[in-house]
Amino acid sequence: MGLVDTFKKIEPDKKKSPFLHTAYDAFFTFLFTPDTVTKGGVHIRDGMDLKRLMVHVVLAMQLCYVFGTYNIGHQHFVASGQYMEILDGFHLKLAFGLIQLLPIFIVTHVVGLGIEFYFAAKKGHAVEEGFLVSGALIPLIMPPDIPLWILGLSVAFAVIIGKEAFGGTGMNIWNIALLARVFVFFAYPTTIAGDEVWVAGYSKLSEGGVSHYNWFHTGMFNSLFDWLGLDAFRAGAAVADGYSGATPLSLAYQGGWEKVTTVYSPTQMMWGAIPGSIGETNKVFIALGALFLIVTKVASWRIMAGTIIGLIGTSYLLNAIGSTPFMTVSWVEHMLIGSFLFAIVFMATDPVTASGTNKGKWIYGILIGFIGLVIRVLNPAYPEGWMLAILFVNTFSPTIDHFILEANIKKRLSRA
Amino acid sequence: MNQEFYISNRLKLASLLILSSTMLNAQSTSNSDGDLMLYSVITVSVILVLWALSSVASSLMKNEAAKYGIDPETTNMGITPGISDLFTAKRPSFTKEGSYKSFAKGYNIKLKGDAKLEVTQASVDRYGVRPADFRGMSPIPKVEVEVGQDVQAGDILFYDKKRPETKYVSPVSGEIIEINRGEKRSIANIIILADKKNSFKNFDVPSLDQCDRATLIAFMAESGLLACINERPFDVVPSIDSVPDNVFISTFDTAPLAPDSKMLIAGREIAFQKGIDVLAKLTKGKVHLGLDGRASSSSDNVFALMSNVEKHWFAGAHPAGNVGIHIHHTAPIKVNSKVWTLEVQDVATIGDMFLSHEYHADRVVALVGNEISNPSYIKTYKGASISDLLKNQKIGENARFIDGDVLSGKQCDIGGFISDKTDQVTVISEGNDFEMFGWLVPINPRPSISGTFPNFLYPNFKFEANTNMHGENRAFVETGQYESMLPMDIYPQHLMKAIMAQDIERMEGLGLTELSEEDVALCEFVCTSKTPVQSIVRKGLDMLEEQS
Repeated sequence: MGLVDTFKKIEPDKKKSPFLHTAYDAFFTFLFTPDTVTKGGVHIRDGMDLKRLMVHVVLAMQLCYVFGTYNIGHQHFVASGQYMEILDGFHLKLAFGLIQLLPIFIVTHVVGLGIEFYFAAKKGHAVEEGFLVSGALIPLIMPPDIPLWILGLSVAFAVIIGKEAFGGTGMNIWNIALLARVFVFFAYPTTIAGDEVWVAGYSKLSEGGVSHYNWFHTGMFNSLFDWLGLDAFRAGAAVADGYSGATPLSLAYQGGWEKVTTVYSPTQMMWGAIPGSIGETNKVFIALGALFLIVTKVASWRIMAGTIIGLIGTSYLLNAIGSTPFMTVSWVEHMLIGSFLFAIVFMATDPVTASGTNKGKWIYGILIGFIGLVIRVLNPAYPEGWMLAILFVNTFSPTIDHFILEANIKKRLSRA
Repeated sequence: MNQEFYISNRLKLASLLILSSTMLNAQSTSNSDGDLMLYSVITVSVILVLWALSSVASSLMKNEAAKYGIDPETTNMGITPGISDLFTAKRPSFTKEGSYKSFAKGYNIKLKGDAKLEVTQASVDRYGVRPADFRGMSPIPKVEVEVGQDVQAGDILFYDKKRPETKYVSPVSGEIIEINRGEKRSIANIIILADKKNSFKNFDVPSLDQCDRATLIAFMAESGLLACINERPFDVVPSIDSVPDNVFISTFDTAPLAPDSKMLIAGREIAFQKGIDVLAKLTKGKVHLGLDGRASSSSDNVFALMSNVEKHWFAGAHPAGNVGIHIHHTAPIKVNSKVWTLEVQDVATIGDMFLSHEYHADRVVALVGNEISNPSYIKTYKGASISDLLKNQKIGENARFIDGDVLSGKQCDIGGFISDKTDQVTVISEGNDFEMFGWLVPINPRPSISGTFPNFLYPNFKFEANTNMHGENRAFVETGQYESMLPMDIYPQHLMKAIMAQDIERMEGLGLTELSEEDVALCEFVCTSKTPVQSIVRKGLDMLEEQS
């Protein structure tokens, strides 16, 4: 117990400095499970708690993190025609990706956790673990080039208005990570929409754009690479002819699946070597994460299955109508483009914002599949629907539960 | 009738599908796709028509079978095997008399410290009777005895001034040595130093065939037998004028380390049958027995031989043995109706009174848990002192004593007494130390339903559970957990929210009166947010009780 005693000695007083006490408590319970015993109810408790639940969701997306970081670098170099093979220039791509991702990750967590600590200190309770997952999700749904101050504002908006205003973890109506993204989408749309934003490190992504680096690239890493005798970052590379930073989704919007396959191959889209938000591109890793979550019973398979059924049904409907080239894209192809898989595995399955009843989860999933695809295909302004669809159906998940519970209540009262 | 209406709806749906898909087909441009579409639609509609025809045929078959008196529940008279029959466990052959229900929801917590299957006689000197064991008792009951007085087994000890006809009697004969008071002069317990040999008070028992219900129940209240009965929905001792809709007795307990009922009732089968006959006269419905229909249970179930009862076989993981689950699946408690439940040994006590005219408060108690050296069954009387029961056991240093099972029992200390209706004492280790990264990389195995532990790879492993909370109390986050642990048509999580919001109508509508704390104990065990579910249910039931 030596380590515990050492920690206990530095515990700040709860009354004199509540913020520091809350911060201390958060780190202490992170290191040690408390010694509280059961009192007044069951005498033994399940070994699973909220921290463990959240950490497993974060673990499920680690593969996406690893690949997403690397992909930031890969897309950067592909734009100027260098290192076209996926593993060429490995050290450069990894370094570039880390330099883009780490500030985003750090800003998200500092802003988000800081606000959480503040509110917990004000209310006098322990810091709740909800932000572990939201904070891990937010970097994965942002474009790699997002200005850090916009990111900080969006995280602050999501945590204060989306979560703390409703009562903290377990009380929010909307998915917190999606609220952060939707804030950027409505307040600073040019940073998150269009073909220019999904590849980092260029002055502009069309004719005449050149790559540029900062001190971290040219100062820190270049000295390391030069000492090791590897290739180094060279600024000023021009964007390749005919390159557009278009994601498969915007290509499909312009000309259907035929247009997509002129630029990207299905294998490429499956394995994620395409521009897009940081974590959403590698479908195989997302599927592995989904399998992990389902096997450990951390996320609900009903929601995932429901959204896929909704997607399939709606895409058949749209295929039958078929008036624009985008409407003829089949459901398998829809899964390979855009952020569908990431949204349904990590965002839609958030248990707090989804329906509570099992029947309700099917309805919730099918609604998300339907509305998301309709927004994606039929919306002339912005070809991606999942963020808006999930937020919309989040608003209605208490309504879905309400009808199921009312049916249960009526059945019971009619039997009396 | 219903079946045919349903079938015609299916046919209508099928024809609608065919029409709409041919319309869509006509609009499609590519010919080869159109053919595929057309053929698949034709196949689907043919399958639907065949399915509709077979449903009509099998329902007609079932109607014919019913006319011949063949019970549709037990034999499948349809022309196709029922899909659910193919996938669920087969009904064991020893369950042929009575109804059978198998539950998919629930979880068996396997703990170390099972009792050895033999009963030893206890040598207990002190017995204690606690008024607080009987919910609803006023804190200061009228005590009829004094310190130093000699009592016989069956002599009145105390009664509630609000209900003076219901008496609470002494389980053994001996001398009253202490009457302890608790807070605000309430009576905490009355302690009796037992005689070496029990002497019983002789009762003037009315004849069961000739007396009417009123006399019978008045006698039971006077002789302390009414205190053996538990009335739902509020878990109180019944009042003299309450008439229950049914009486339910669960003859098997699926709680962790729970005793085997055949050990508890050994030698008292005739008294048990007599007890059933008494109870059958007291209810306007029937006496129902919940029997152990699990494939692992033995086929010579002594309870299955009882008469004057309705037999119901239940199978599944815990809480399949809870009487609340049996009630829900047989005759759910309606608003304002009452149901009586009893422990197996209390039924035998009632029967013994009518056979021998004496109050036999015999009790077989299972001493279980991993912190005692020799888990076993022990024969004693109600209210035995725990330290006397555990005399010959070596007890671990940091132990928690639980009167009951680990899920719904009450914490007690070694100087206490077993409560009125309990049949086990569980001793497990306290978990009051810190664990580094206990939530991330737990070192010792712990029971859990979560797939994040490797528990599912070792289905027969017995855990050494301790009382650590394994986390802190949070708001509701996970959904679907409670529902998967409660085999009832109730949404427990939403019910908890309704209770916390103090919405009485919603509580009743969502079925709070059908629940007791022991039914949701497993939900409390699995709760990721460490919510105190049992105390919320108790608060809700108290609110409803106040209302009525």
